[in-house]
Amino acid sequence: MKVNSPLQIYKYLPQTNCGECGEATCMAFASHLLDRSKKVADCPPLLDDKYKKKYLELSELLAPEIREVVAGVGETAVKIGGDDVLYRHQLTFFNPTVLAYDVTDTMSEEELVDRVKRISGFKKFYVGSFLKLNMVAVRSTSNDPEKFKKAVKKVSETTTLPLILCSFNPDVLAAGLEVSADKKPILYAATKENWQQVSELALKERTPVVLFSPGDLDELKTLAVSFREMGIEDLILDPGTYPRGEQLKTTFQNFLKIRRAGIKEGQKDIAYPLMATPITAWMVNEDPIRASYWETVLASVFTVRYGDVMIMHSIEPYALIPEVLIRETIYTDPRTPVRVDPGVYEVGSPTKDSPVIVTTNFALTYYTVESDLSSSEIDCYLATVDTDGIGVEASVAGGQLTAAKIKETFDNAGFDFKEKTSHNTVILPGLAARLQGDVEDVTGLNVKIGPQDSGRIPGWMETNWPPK
Amino acid sequence: MVKKLKINDVIELLKDADVEALEGVTFEGDIELEIEETTGIDSLFAYTLGEETAKIGLYLLNLARSIGYPVDQIARIQAQPPAPRLSKLIESKFTVGTIDEWKTPIEEVTLGATSSDGGTRGHTITLGGERALPYYFDAPMPNRNYVTIDVFDMPISMAKTVKSNYEDVMEDAGEWAKKVVNEFDADMVTIHLISTDPLIKDTPAVEASKTVEEVLQAVDVPIVIGGSGNPAKDPEVLERAAEVAEGERCLIASANLNMDYERIAAAANKYGHVVLAWTQLEINAQKELNRKLMKQCGVDRDRIVVDPTTAALGYGLDYAYTNMERIRLAGLIGDEELNFPMSSGTTNAWGAREAWMVSSPLKEDSDWGPREYRGPIWEIVTGLTLALGGNDLFMMMHPGAVKVLKEITQTLFGSIKTDETNLSNWVAEVLA
Repeated sequence: MKVNSPLQIYKYLPQTNCGECGEATCMAFASHLLDRSKKVADCPPLLDDKYKKKYLELSELLAPEIREVVAGVGETAVKIGGDDVLYRHQLTFFNPTVLAYDVTDTMSEEELVDRVKRISGFKKFYVGSFLKLNMVAVRSTSNDPEKFKKAVKKVSETTTLPLILCSFNPDVLAAGLEVSADKKPILYAATKENWQQVSELALKERTPVVLFSPGDLDELKTLAVSFREMGIEDLILDPGTYPRGEQLKTTFQNFLKIRRAGIKEGQKDIAYPLMATPITAWMVNEDPIRASYWETVLASVFTVRYGDVMIMHSIEPYALIPEVLIRETIYTDPRTPVRVDPGVYEVGSPTKDSPVIVTTNFALTYYTVESDLSSSEIDCYLATVDTDGIGVEASVAGGQLTAAKIKETFDNAGFDFKEKTSHNTVILPGLAARLQGDVEDVTGLNVKIGPQDSGRIPGWMETNWPPK
Repeated sequence: MVKKLKINDVIELLKDADVEALEGVTFEGDIELEIEETTGIDSLFAYTLGEETAKIGLYLLNLARSIGYPVDQIARIQAQPPAPRLSKLIESKFTVGTIDEWKTPIEEVTLGATSSDGGTRGHTITLGGERALPYYFDAPMPNRNYVTIDVFDMPISMAKTVKSNYEDVMEDAGEWAKKVVNEFDADMVTIHLISTDPLIKDTPAVEASKTVEEVLQAVDVPIVIGGSGNPAKDPEVLERAAEVAEGERCLIASANLNMDYERIAAAANKYGHVVLAWTQLEINAQKELNRKLMKQCGVDRDRIVVDPTTAALGYGLDYAYTNMERIRLAGLIGDEELNFPMSSGTTNAWGAREAWMVSSPLKEDSDWGPREYRGPIWEIVTGLTLALGGNDLFMMMHPGAVKVLKEITQTLFGSIKTDETNLSNWVAEVLA
């Protein structure tokens, strides 16, 4: 965006402090526009005709530096790009990297359907919700329009995930579009050879299109400028993801260059989302485990540095789990608090015989423990000690998790073991075992040491609870 | 597509949809409706609103036509302006600048000393010296990333996938050190004197220092000497270890604000070592510790490496990564309390349950697959992410993870040459 202070935005607002946006003042609303937690359209008065000019100007000023491209329709539609900063701590990154996994038009129908189901069904629990995959990339390995059309049709019947239609042959792409245009797929790809036909497809069906120019940024910009001139703005740039050696180093630097030009230098001509294709790891590795590892390595590199959408092949859990988690790592909003409020929380419906478990107030620790307990339907009290948002192992080492702090947590919450429990026992995390003696001395409670990982609490309970 | 509506429904809907919003709606042809951009409605808003109003509009249009109203004459028919077709591409040149603000280099810190410098190491390793973020095009990176593999002074519990590599050497730190250097390509060895912890074996400092001597005898790479992490005992243990390793320019791990860091610093100064300054995911604490080491303890700038804490992928790596990136960026633009090489306890990745558990404890998760493949990639991705954030030295455990991390960091560094790949038809050529 072109502004960096709420004051600059305030000038464009009605300045009536009417409160219709939910904020007390226009200045407060301006701050939300600046950190992108609210949109211009959230100010109802600004939609009035008399503010039309200011509305338009403000929208232009607040537009993200990198264009946001939407693919797919309905609930599974994906937003790609839309970033405003080069480093996540400067604000946050928007629109997590869209992860697409491939199928081909030479697979048997059975194999294709099975793969699509595995892609769309994958889920990994993380901090209160499930991480999922976003798209299916249909590759034409047959180069036969009819075969491709059939495969695309089958895929879109099998999943609601949006598609990337992959072929450098415009006739193949056209055939795929015939059966999927209403689902707004991404066209992959326009090149310096096929750009005329592909641009016509993109114009006709108004689908986003990827511009592919491996290793040549002049040519990539040439394509981008030309497509823009033809009225095609939903563009994604693929500078080529070379899988190894010096070409990979250059690829990495190309991603940096394009994004820096777009965000720091405001070069609109190149300020589009970027596509990486870690799948090229499979062109240079014979062993499937090694290929899958290297693909995950490439996916990680380009999740950290500016890949907005990626095509991968491996759907092995050891590829998918790190891929969705590195994406979460980079796209988690750094402005959200790292800690939860200290206190004694009830999980399920605890009774006097239920265990009392101690953990820290680091948000990730808390949510992990909490989800392990609720998923296993363990009714208990979960005491969250204020460790300055540091996890168990580090806070024991660093002195933020101590016997005194644990006592303070129960005291402040008014939690009386004599009244609330029948066992007068507290359970410490396995990684805080060294505090056992101190906690016994300071609190006078019986102290039991739980497992090192809260995922093992159910098994631990079987042999250790109720206390003898 | 068209919903069957009664006229009363239409009136109700229009009321709910805010009739004013329809003022800017133009009937186009006989099916499409377009909301003009100039009505001051956010485009996304217009998009969602458009669907509803389009249905209603179409209904009204058909209704009007069916009762003989000349709708086609009043509905403005607007042809889409033809997009300019290009007969050839508009040639363009791509250019981008470098970052002027990166004026301050990261300190270069050398670990290990050869006989010419009063040590017995076969070679030295130099960390740092960067003038840009890692692998950026702004300035060449002078030194590559290095990996030091963990060795312990007693058998410890570790993930099965890791342990299977070390079962034959866990009773002998010297043999363990040899194995990681000779078989697993470790650039350095870290000897963790974990048994000195009063809650483990409470090995006396004097006895523990013998293990350091054994390791120095067994291998000739530069070494890192780690305590047990017990803040009360570590100063004594590390002091004694520093003494027996005098002149070897070891990395002493570590000094932190919750212990008697002055003693660690004094020992490093006296016996010619480098201090690892460890803080916990807090950039200001890192500044404070570095400042104290320099100003209060007199540690030279080229004898400080920082460890801002490594949290595993999925367990706080976002904080660890951003903390490192911020430290590195601050150093490059001139914060002389932060422009030091960084070290990561990448082994922490093995604390993540995804790295070692047989299967997910949550029944709702998709199958986690075999753990022997999950663990190493966890260590790789944790380390790699931090490498991109500016980390220089990696403390690791799994040999397979070490191999892949070295391969990717050295590729991005530019020292790995391979045959070229032709991507021009990758869509059809990837045979997987």
